[in-house]
Parts: sequence; structure tokens; C-alpha cells
Amino acid sequence: MAKVKPRVKVPKKAKAGDVITIKTLISHPMETGLRKDKKTGDLIPRKIINKFVATFEGEEVVNVAIDPAVSANPYFEFDMTVPGPGTVRFEWTDDDGTVYDLEKTIKAA
Amino acid sequence: MELTRRQAMILGAGAAAATALPLPVLAEENGAADVIKAFTGGAEVKDGGVEIGAPEIAENGNTVPVEVSADGAASILLVSMGNPRPEVATFNFGKLAAASSAKTRIRLAGTQDLVAVAKLKDGSFAQASRSVKVTIGGCGG
Repeated sequence: MAKVKPRVKVPKKAKAGDVITIKTLISHPMETGLRKDKKTGDLIPRKIINKFVATFEGEEVVNVAIDPAVSANPYFEFDMTVPGPGTVRFEWTDDDGTVYDLEKTIKAA
Repeated sequence: MELTRRQAMILGAGAAAATALPLPVLAEENGAADVIKAFTGGAEVKDGGVEIGAPEIAENGNTVPVEVSADGAASILLVSMGNPRPEVATFNFGKLAAASSAKTRIRLAGTQDLVAVAKLKDGSFAQASRSVKVTIGGCGG
């Protein structure tokens, strides 16, 4: 399977109180469990990212419960109010229990 | 056969009941109403106050960019009326979320309505729907 690679875009610097837009993308096939193998006719088992959470220093920013209708390489974009310098942590949870994570630090501007 | 006035009345009442049955906008077969009910707990859902941004015509149903937003919403449920499975995603907004809005990309099996139900901070629910035309469906197969 292709390697799962998370990517996020977070401004490097922000002032406290700033509103920033965060864009996230993770490469993942998001197999719905409804598709059939064209050769054998067997159903391809479901394998999706079912949860995405973004936290800032432990405080939740967004939490998304994901179903198979979300496209392959799930993309999320949202706005966050920056309380001050700190680290944003992103976690994607796979159906098989694997957690892919990434952290980005925002410095004081 | 000739209808008596009484029979005509009964027929008319039956037809009215049949059209009134799918109470909200929804006339779906994939169980979307149940999903919405599970989200709201059967509470009343008012129309408006939620925005769905989606292209009117999506060429590729595999990745349809969608934006949901609702002022002061704690969470937003996005439901598809025409996919084999109705659930799309549920967004929960924490304290640090600057706005109750999010963008993502979703799969749509065909031309259909999208419904977003928002749970507002005061515990009430609001919904909106939007129809998207899909040229090529996106559920594989």
C-alpha cells in the first residue's frame, strides 16, 4: 500500500487572537467497502480514516467523524483562533487503529 | 366505474396523506432520515441558518469540494441523500475553532441533494439542503 503521508499548512507565525486558516491533507485510499475487485468480483474491504482531530496545546479545535463518503486523500480546511504561540497537533485514525500524526509549531509574530 | 362523492373524498385524503409522508424535504431510500434522527435525537429541526457551499454541477463525483458553515454551531452533520450510505462526515468544533465552518472533499454517487444539520450551541437544530448535479458518479464499481 502506498505510504500514508499527512500534510498540513499552518502559518509559521501568528499573533495571539489571530484567526488562521489551516489546511490538511492525508494521502489515503479511503476504500469504501462497497467497491468490487474487477477480476474476482470480491468486495474490497473497507479501510478509511474514520476520525480526524486537531488540537492546540491539548485544546480541541476540530474533531471530524468521517464516513466512507469522504474522498480519497481526505482534505480538511478550517479556521482557528490562535491563543498564543504553541503547537498544533493533528491526528488521523485509520480503521485498523493506526494513528497518523503531525505537529506544527506556531511562533509568536 | 363511477366514483361516488364519498369515495372521491377518501381517495383524495389518501393521496394527501401519501404526499405528506416524507415530512422534511427528504425523499430518500438510503436511511438518511434515520441518520439525521440519530443526530438530533428526534428534536425539531428548523430550516435555515446553515450554509452548504458546493458546486452546482460537479464533473467528477469522486471529489466534490464542499463547505459547511453555521453560525454558532457546536457540530454539523453532513448527509447525502443519494449515496449508498447516507453519512458523509460530522464536524465538531472546539473552543479554538474561529468559525463553525469547514471545507472538505466528498464522494457523490450521482446527482442528489446534500443536507447539513447543525447542532447549535443552545441545543437546537437547524438544517439546509442543496442539490448537486454529478456528471460522473464517484462510488466506484
